[in-house]
Amino acid sequence: MQNQNTSAAFNPDNNYAKKGAFLSFLFMGLGQLYHKQFIKGFLYAALELYVLIFYSKPFLAALWGFMTLGEKVQVKSRGRIVEQGDHSIFLMIEGIIALLFLIIFIFIYITNIRDAYKTGKLRENGIPIANFKQSLKHTTEKGFPYLLITPAILFTLFLTVLPLVFGVLIAFTNYSGPYHLPPKSLVDWVGFKSFVDLFKLKTWSSTFYGIATWNLIWAVIATVTTYFVGLFYALMINRKQTRFKRFWRTIFILPWAIPQFIAILIFRNIFNGQFGPLNQMLVDIGLSGIPWLSDPFWAKVSLVIVNIWFGFPYWMALMSGVLTGIDKEIYEAADVDGANGSQKFWRLTLPLVMFSTAPLLIMAFAHNFNNFNLIYLLTQGGPVNVNYSYAGSTDILISWIYKLTLDQNQYNMASVVSILIFFVVASLSVWNFSRTKAFKEEDMMQ
Amino acid sequence: MIGNVKIKEKALSIFIYVLLAITAVFVLYPIVWIIIGSLNPGDTLFSTEIVPKNLTIKHYIELWQGTDYPLWYANTLKIAFFNMIISTLLVVAAAYAFSRFRFPGRKQGLMAMLILQMFPGFMGMIAIYILLLQMGLLDNHWGLILVYAGGSIPFGAWLVKGYFDGLPKSLEEAAKIDGASHTTIFFKIMMPLSFPILTFIALTNFINPWMDFIFARLVLRSNENKTLAIGLFEMVTGRGNTEFTKFAAGAVLVAVPITILFLFLQKYLIEGLKAGANKG
Repeated sequence: MQNQNTSAAFNPDNNYAKKGAFLSFLFMGLGQLYHKQFIKGFLYAALELYVLIFYSKPFLAALWGFMTLGEKVQVKSRGRIVEQGDHSIFLMIEGIIALLFLIIFIFIYITNIRDAYKTGKLRENGIPIANFKQSLKHTTEKGFPYLLITPAILFTLFLTVLPLVFGVLIAFTNYSGPYHLPPKSLVDWVGFKSFVDLFKLKTWSSTFYGIATWNLIWAVIATVTTYFVGLFYALMINRKQTRFKRFWRTIFILPWAIPQFIAILIFRNIFNGQFGPLNQMLVDIGLSGIPWLSDPFWAKVSLVIVNIWFGFPYWMALMSGVLTGIDKEIYEAADVDGANGSQKFWRLTLPLVMFSTAPLLIMAFAHNFNNFNLIYLLTQGGPVNVNYSYAGSTDILISWIYKLTLDQNQYNMASVVSILIFFVVASLSVWNFSRTKAFKEEDMMQ
Repeated sequence: MIGNVKIKEKALSIFIYVLLAITAVFVLYPIVWIIIGSLNPGDTLFSTEIVPKNLTIKHYIELWQGTDYPLWYANTLKIAFFNMIISTLLVVAAAYAFSRFRFPGRKQGLMAMLILQMFPGFMGMIAIYILLLQMGLLDNHWGLILVYAGGSIPFGAWLVKGYFDGLPKSLEEAAKIDGASHTTIFFKIMMPLSFPILTFIALTNFINPWMDFIFARLVLRSNENKTLAIGLFEMVTGRGNTEFTKFAAGAVLVAVPITILFLFLQKYLIEGLKAGANKG
């Protein structure tokens, strides 16, 4: 490693890097002090002292709360709360927050050890060590990317990661009404019991299988119909002979442009069984009205119709782009070979379009699988289904979760179902992403 | 033989025009119906006619003066605006770091973002609720803005990073040699080049609060803090549709600006979506 020039400064007895790292491992900043970087070392040491003095006790308390989820039950006498008792859910969230801070602290600790090690290596090689001013400058230069991502990380950590960790952990507790709702009573860890219940208990399993089946059928129908209707209209508009292409495209893109919740609420009125204009029209031409939203079958039909109205413009716009991008020479070559119209469509157009839209098709499937807005705003999961627990005939898993959480306080079961949904969506996305070219090119995958 | 083909072509063209026209009617019907509904003299859904005898704007006046609608509109506008600013800044900064720098933790960060966006959004609802309760941000617009901004990062960062990856690095390297700082490079070179994707991110974050129902309902409780989505939903679902025409007027007032904004920027939207699919 060392050549003749630096051997003067190199002292084999002084293993600066390892010693510095070890000292910094013992206590933050010690390694830096050993390297005579006094300001930096002092700051590190002060940070650890501060954390140890002020945060070790709350941290242990939070950890205790996380493990036990509280031990004191609220005591009431004559309707008055005598003793507050432990709030299991608050304890759990505080525990998660404490663990998140621990991770951040460990990260800083590791940086401190690495820094001591690196400075030591410099000393071993006889390179002068940066003073505080220089290392500050170095940090702002090297640390620029960290500076950029820190806000995003903090936001994601506390508003996405923390809630998700909590959401996942809930599945392993008995947090549910009516017997395990804080602050009145405590919540306990129960392991995989809720998962077993979902599949084994009749009331849960029949609802779950029923909803899951419909959810799958819904996602397939919703995706396939919008995809092919979109393709159909893209083909018609992009036909050589069709005129006023811009005009048609602008009209057909409107459903995509209108705020979705507004349009869904409009359809809710159009499909209104009693007063809606659709049934009025049917009655006017001598037919009887159809119970659009109050009959399980027709409610599902309504959903599919409304979804086509929403969904096809997106595909139409996208496929128009794809179609105009196809090289005209391919068709000319096909003409020379004597291919007819339908052959050109099935052998050329469709495969080309399918190929370039496949990743989006899979994402659309995942989107439809979890299309809460459409289901909830149009039918609210209704009409009522007496065979289901806390769900209606058109409920999909995600709207069922919403009801379980906000209306029924069945938090643990809602969490179990959302973990299952996660596995569906995640496996689809991973499969999808791993197939795209860009992802393979991204150096992180190698 | 050739004449036959020509007639066939003609017939097909006519058939296609008819089909396009019929579809246009289907597409436009709900839109026309809600506009006419808002101008109908009656109050209820039942009395709404597609060809009314006379039109009136009294529902708009009632809506503006007799209800909290203007307040909801102002709330939504405020939330949308700040969400747009905060989310775009967070997303673009993170995406730039992930795209242009190689630092320890980068791979893990990207992977984490990818996994995070696969969870159903409101799996964390209860925790968010309790968190905001603890911080005193429940029933507060800033609480909702924070929730939106936090949720927009994983997806947005990947999308914008993908776009940045596609931009040539030579310009930046030239600027770096000339001694430009990171910030200068970002604002003078990256920003102008990535206009389409920035528009896409800003716009989606602006529109999201107009559409979101779940989190708005979770966070906002009192009547004067509501957003349009909740207010309008309660107008149609409550009290047997006696306020239908008012809802119609409210819907039109929301839909018009958003739709215009959308049509105006649709080129970028489609581009952004494609970028997300190809480079995601």
